Amino acid sequence: MSDAPLAVSARDLRRDYAMGDAPVHALQGVSLDVAAGDYAAIVGPSGCGKSTLLNLLGAIDRPTAGSVRIQGKPVESLSDREATRFRLLHIGFVFQRFYLMPALSAAENVELPMAEAGLSRAQRRARARELLRYVGLEARADHRPTQLSGGEQQRVAIARALANRPALLLCDEPTGELDAHTGAEIIALFERLNAGGTTIVVVTHDEELAAAARRVVHVKDGRILSDTRVR
Amino acid sequence: MLVTLARASLAGRRARTALAVVGVAVSAALLLDMVMLASGMRASFRELLDVRGFTIRLAPRGTLPFDTDARIDSAGAIMARLGANPDIVAVSPVLGGQLHVLGPGGGVTAVAIGINPAVQGDYTLRTGHDIAGPDQAVVSADLLAAAHARVGDTLDVAGGYDAQLRAVTRERRIVIAGTAHFIYTPANPKAMAMPLATLRAMTGAAGDPVSLFMLRLRAGADADSVQRWIERAIPRVSAVSTASALRQVDRRLSYFRQLAFILGSVSLTVGVLLVATLVTVSVNERLGEIAVMRAIGVSTRSIVAQVMLEGVAIMLAGATLGLGLGLVTAHYLNGILSQFPGLPAAIDFFLFQPRDAWVSLGLLALAGVLAGVYPAWRGASLPIAATLRDEAVA
Ligand SMILES: Nc1ncnc2c1ncn2[C@@H]1O[C@H](COP(=O)(O)OP(=O)(O)OP(=O)(O)O)[C@@H](O)[C@H]1O
Ligand SMILES: [Mg+2]
Repeated sequence: MSDAPLAVSARDLRRDYAMGDAPVHALQGVSLDVAAGDYAAIVGPSGCGKSTLLNLLGAIDRPTAGSVRIQGKPVESLSDREATRFRLLHIGFVFQRFYLMPALSAAENVELPMAEAGLSRAQRRARARELLRYVGLEARADHRPTQLSGGEQQRVAIARALANRPALLLCDEPTGELDAHTGAEIIALFERLNAGGTTIVVVTHDEELAAAARRVVHVKDGRILSDTRVR
Repeated sequence: MLVTLARASLAGRRARTALAVVGVAVSAALLLDMVMLASGMRASFRELLDVRGFTIRLAPRGTLPFDTDARIDSAGAIMARLGANPDIVAVSPVLGGQLHVLGPGGGVTAVAIGINPAVQGDYTLRTGHDIAGPDQAVVSADLLAAAHARVGDTLDVAGGYDAQLRAVTRERRIVIAGTAHFIYTPANPKAMAMPLATLRAMTGAAGDPVSLFMLRLRAGADADSVQRWIERAIPRVSAVSTASALRQVDRRLSYFRQLAFILGSVSLTVGVLLVATLVTVSVNERLGEIAVMRAIGVSTRSIVAQVMLEGVAIMLAGATLGLGLGLVTAHYLNGILSQFPGLPAAIDFFLFQPRDAWVSLGLLALAGVLAGVYPAWRGASLPIAATLRDEAVA
């Protein structure tokens, strides 16, 4: 694994939140390399800075100090517009609360990033169908998010994250809202994806999910406590 | 996809969207009416003045060029002088007056115009024949009805009333040759037209007066130079071409246009504020959704386009509804304003010209874009991570 190119690399990341007189030091010097094809779980107590780290790794947020390179590209060199485009084409996000567009059908939700990327309608349709089949929801393509269960919504969200074939999948508590059984389905899906070559970084409290990863990164008080390869 | 999202956002709050559309429709209707008012009177004046091809009028200075109360004396001399200009191919003298049609119950007072039936631009014949003798007249439908007469009947008409003797004077028997539509009279006139000489005799006017002349020019003649020639040759009258009459009208109507401009701007502003409020509320409700879109790589440009689209869609839906509403109210207001004393009924205050509809529609579409500026900016400049976090906490 060590000789694979890096999907994402963080150096000495700091992130302060200005909170009046007492700024919150959410990250206090985090360095992390994730090789292409790796599958890392970030765990730690609530408020330790996991989501903050994930947002920095995904170029949603900018560090107070330090640098992030995604596929060798330094994020700080990107303008807002370039960062947006970069996220669109190279990073997939999965959130705890799924965050599907309620007005769009499952298929349209999956098509959204492809439409933004400029794919033709036919290309979008075909790829959305393929992705929904992959997550086992082909039959629900025309359903609205409200007509789907939590687990189904999360599978649609994963399909959406994969739409533009990202190099890196970033997930923040993807099983946080799901029961154990549905959570297990998502875990299986991630394993299948990773086996297919997708690089995954997942923030989680879910021990089952963490146990499925190849590597577990422990964060506490804005620092990495341990970084253990499990398989 | 953007269209779907914008449509879904509007359709998802159906009642609110409908209220906004109705609100915009009302303001669009007012805007259309004001645009119609600003240009309508002028356009309808032009039509009115040009109606029979008389492009120059001679009138005392400062009067509207269809004012039959005005007086120009020694008309014969002026006619002779005008005849000397080869550019002038026809001269129509017009004298205004008042006559009393006698009958049971006191009779009817009528507006009378004396003209040369061969060269006149004051009425169009509707039924019967044109005037063919000194004791013939054409009358308006309203006068015919008021006098309980029919075409072909003979009326006893008096030119004066002596209050001391309590008796009518200068009485004459006039045959109704036909009925006519009078172009320059106020609404529903009791009017009659007769030969100029007859009216002069009946009103006891001395010194062959007329109220105004209307001139038809040779095709290709320059109205401005003819006008200048007349003012030099006959200094007692002012010559008014259609163009200069319109300038006069413009001056007199500038208050109307200012009023129309102000009311139109106000209604447009109200429309903008209404839609801006609605779209801002709708964006505020969807901050989480927008932050998610931004996170997964949807550009600020797409967000802006989506929000703008919402504003423009409401504006255009409202505008379409408002177009109908505006035409209905304009028709109604026209009915009221055409009773305005002293103005020909044929003047439309609100004249619908397709151009007006396009101007209104363009302004409203622009207003929709304007209304979207703030909410679009708000949506586009959202801090993504913080908004997602707030959304997760909520
Ligand atoms: N926008 C913000 N403004 C102020 N403080 C913030 C902001 N975002 C995060 N923080 C603070 O930074 C610290 C780290 O937050 P973060 O969300 O990264 O924790 P986390 O490990 O993801 O927690 P959890 O497991 O509860 O999701 C916390 O103390 C949090 O209160
Ligand atoms: Mg978190």
